[in-house]
Amino acid sequence: MAHASTIKNFKNTPKPDRTVQFRIKRCDGPGQPSRYESFNVPIESGSNVISCLQYIAANPITVTGQKTTPVVWDAGCLEEICGACTMVINGKVRQSCSCLIDEYAPHEGDVITLEPMSKFPVVRDLWVDRQRLFESLEKVSAWVPIDGSYDLGPGPQETPQQSEMRYTLSTCMSCGCCLEACPQYQKEDDASSWDTSFIGAAPLSQARLFNEHGTGRQLKGARLDALMGPGGINDCGNAQNCVKVCPKEIPLTESIAAVGRAVTIHSFTRFFTGK
Amino acid sequence: MADKRVIIVGGGLAGLAAAIRIAEAGLAVDLFSMVPVKRSHSVCAQGGINACNEVARQQGYSEYQHFDETLYGGDYLADQAPVLEMTNFAPKVIDLLDRMGVPFNRTAEGFRDLRLFGGSLFKRTHFSGATTGQQLLYALDEQVRKLAVQGKINKYEFWEFLWPICTEDTDDKRCIGITAQDMRTMQIRSFRGDAVVMATGGCGLVFGKSTNSIICTGGAASRCYQAGAWYANPEMIQVHPTAIPGADKCRLMSESARGEGGRVWVPRKKGDARQARDIPENERWYFLEEKYPGYGNLVPRDIATREIFDLCVNQDMGVDGQNQVYLDLTHMDPGYLTRKLGGILEIYEKFVGVDPRFEPMKIFPAVHYSMGGMWTQYTPGSYEPSSPHGMHNPFDTSPVDSDIGKGMALGAPNNMQTNIKGLYAFGEVNFAYHGATRLGANALLSCIFDGLYNGVSVANYVNDCEPSKNPAAQFDQNIYDAAVKQEQAKAQKLLNSVSDGPADDATNPYKIGYELGVEITSASTVVKTGKGLSACLDKIHALNDRYQNVRLGDAASWTNQTLSYTRAIGDMLVLAEVIVKGGILREESRGSHYRLDFPDRNDEKFLKTTVVSYQPGSDDPHQVTFRDVDTRFVKPRPRTYGKTDTKNAESTKSDQPETATA
Ligand SMILES: Cc1cc2nc3c(=O)[nH]c(=O)nc-3n(C[C@H](O)[C@H](O)[C@H](O)COP(=O)(O)OP(=O)(O)OC[C@H]3O[C@@H](n4cnc5c(N)ncnc54)[C@H](O)[C@@H]3O)c2cc1C
Ligand code: SF4
Ligand code: SF4
Ligand code: FES
Repeated sequence: MAHASTIKNFKNTPKPDRTVQFRIKRCDGPGQPSRYESFNVPIESGSNVISCLQYIAANPITVTGQKTTPVVWDAGCLEEICGACTMVINGKVRQSCSCLIDEYAPHEGDVITLEPMSKFPVVRDLWVDRQRLFESLEKVSAWVPIDGSYDLGPGPQETPQQSEMRYTLSTCMSCGCCLEACPQYQKEDDASSWDTSFIGAAPLSQARLFNEHGTGRQLKGARLDALMGPGGINDCGNAQNCVKVCPKEIPLTESIAAVGRAVTIHSFTRFFTGK
Repeated sequence: MADKRVIIVGGGLAGLAAAIRIAEAGLAVDLFSMVPVKRSHSVCAQGGINACNEVARQQGYSEYQHFDETLYGGDYLADQAPVLEMTNFAPKVIDLLDRMGVPFNRTAEGFRDLRLFGGSLFKRTHFSGATTGQQLLYALDEQVRKLAVQGKINKYEFWEFLWPICTEDTDDKRCIGITAQDMRTMQIRSFRGDAVVMATGGCGLVFGKSTNSIICTGGAASRCYQAGAWYANPEMIQVHPTAIPGADKCRLMSESARGEGGRVWVPRKKGDARQARDIPENERWYFLEEKYPGYGNLVPRDIATREIFDLCVNQDMGVDGQNQVYLDLTHMDPGYLTRKLGGILEIYEKFVGVDPRFEPMKIFPAVHYSMGGMWTQYTPGSYEPSSPHGMHNPFDTSPVDSDIGKGMALGAPNNMQTNIKGLYAFGEVNFAYHGATRLGANALLSCIFDGLYNGVSVANYVNDCEPSKNPAAQFDQNIYDAAVKQEQAKAQKLLNSVSDGPADDATNPYKIGYELGVEITSASTVVKTGKGLSACLDKIHALNDRYQNVRLGDAASWTNQTLSYTRAIGDMLVLAEVIVKGGILREESRGSHYRLDFPDRNDEKFLKTTVVSYQPGSDDPHQVTFRDVDTRFVKPRPRTYGKTDTKNAESTKSDQPETATA
């Protein structure tokens, strides 16, 4: 989990007992107009974006003294492991629970802007609908096809290197950062276009994960078939934005290259054998 | 719809394992979760999952010893039969997870690697990096996704369970469905189910900040309790000694920091405002080392927790006047620390923004796990010793083999069924396996075991018992409509409370929730007294009075999180009363429950399960009875962990290592 960008060495000692302003993009629901509202939040030590949103929920008063509704957002673990709380903070997509105020706003009156991810339909305020991401996992058969849950002994043995490699890929928490940052990944409100619009880095990397497993390999053909057509691997422009924003440092570009090679071989094989 | 349907509420490890097993049995499964199941709280578990394995076996370990350790760790409050079945079944759980593709850490030769964990001298903990819970949850999530594609499981994600629907008959009450609300559209609907499995996890949020995810309110369990399901051992809440207090939650800090030489201290001068590094050695109070010269910072966990708590809460000696003490590693070589503790130090760095190799960490005990939960029953298996056994030692022949069905009869319809027919409780939400304290890495096991083993019981109940004669599909629609109306009315009442008037802390749901957490954490966690608990109960009643006039800040009919939260606060207040009441009546100290006014374990009076049932309308709606614990297999012995400094310790040398939890 080494993550250089989150190792904090504050240049300025954050000012204690300061107030920070949150500028939040709000929207009451699908099809509704968006607006910005600002809130002053007193900062206690250890504050993160979630604790500030909790403060706003309990005190929904804007900077102009207007009473408003509590801001809606999505969260779960508060440990950067469930992926729920992803949003765009000061223009950059990331998890809000691990976003520390001391780092983002060390001075009195500093402003932090919170916006929902732009590649997914907004449900309300900062909460977006990432169902498409989960359906992409269905598309690439992101599972090991076991016979059933009865006791049939252990799974295939593997080397520590192989297991570590799969572990890294398997830490993907479906947060969507890589999709938000990808120039090829488009927002699709209409579920019928999900299948043909670029699938994005996370599901591609998941296809690789299961192709690497002794039993998971059995569905390799089906996975590659699913990634050959429109919306598949060929739509990746290789911009490499995805790998830069992945909070779990998953080697997404390696995954994309690996799947790309596999698809090429797969399509040749299909061409020559007719299978 | 004539097909047999099972409703599962909760998509953590317990709910997903149950969904897989029940769907495989050919029943249609409707799976409800407040979050996409892949984001359930189980994702947080780090340490690992316990099971006997071949290496440990050849060193003298056995399933039976795992069983014995679990009972001892839980201070004998757990009924023994379900525990025996769980520990016997554990190796099968690991094998299955392995087949599902969990990237368990491997040895050089490619076997599953093992680590040492508290409560055992043997390596019996399987793990996957530092995120075992995440990896197990994903493996089950993937299998459920496959079954969903095949049409065998229907997922209702972002749906909140509201209430169980039961037949009226009080003696022969049967659960035939649920009401639930879509958290986006806010539609309230009823669902028919021949059986309902609650797998909704723990209740850390009752305590405000805990190590739990923010959806772990215990609201769902509280609703079942209010609908007539019994709740057991509510007072048994595990507090982990070392967590990182945060503004939003407490994050776990592994005990290995102390194991590697970390020292716990506070400034000697109350309210000393200097930075830690500016406080000279002789002005630091290494209180654990001073009080316990033998064990020092490595005193058993419950002592560490109690000392830190007492120092901060009662003596007000915490760092910066807050509930926190220093856990200091800065006297050690940074390179060594990185090699030995890199992973956990990073968590601290990420969330506190301070490098613990150069600045002491600030830590405090935090509520971590609920051993108590919904009361459940079981049918004993075939093992019937003539008398209970004494302590089990390595290489001793196990008194019973590990075949299926020795502890609990496989497929018996009442396994992990509540007192309401057709209503089951699996995972952290039940009370069944961990007694008065849970051993580290046994929770993940109990969750998956429940799903796989007792999922069969649910299927058998649906196929062979009442639902086979009188399926939920044939009940009068009026019952379901009435249940929906009732929930709509409750929601409407809350929505009607929205006013334009000035903000008022007394009726602000977030403030009520916050105050509840503060009150119950100070009175009913680490050190309890009868007086303190009674005062706390009064305060909860007062909060409940305020709650009756609670005012929402949001009237939206779309994605109204405030409504969901406020409704849960009401249910958390009820559960809080039950937790505190249980603590008042248990006048002894056992496992995680420590009463200053009754510091000893009292087997004669309290080797019993606290069972609470809800009687609305009576003066005290929480009726408590004590039921005998099933101790047919092992004779309870003092739980000393080799402690030498207490008067009632029987052994002076370490018979078992310190209990640890993760
Ligand atoms: C930080 C941390 C570390 C841990 N580490 C370990 C470890 O190393 N080893 C170990 O064995 N144990 C560990 N534990 C304990 C273990 O993680 C939990 O006990 C276990 O994951 C609980 O699983 P569960 O399936 O019972 O419930 P959860 O995983 O909590 O899932 C509950 C489910 O219920 C749903 N739900 C809840 N309420 C409702 C409602 N009203 N309507 C609809 N759905 C609802 C939720 O959406 C969720 O899907 C740890 C716990 C914590 C907090
Ligand atoms: S490499 Fe570029 S185009 Fe391809 S998935 Fe990553 S960000 Fe998108
Ligand atoms: S690959 Fe990384 S950025 Fe993309 S969804 Fe997974 S964890 Fe998030
Ligand atoms: S809340 Fe889970 S990643 Fe932030």
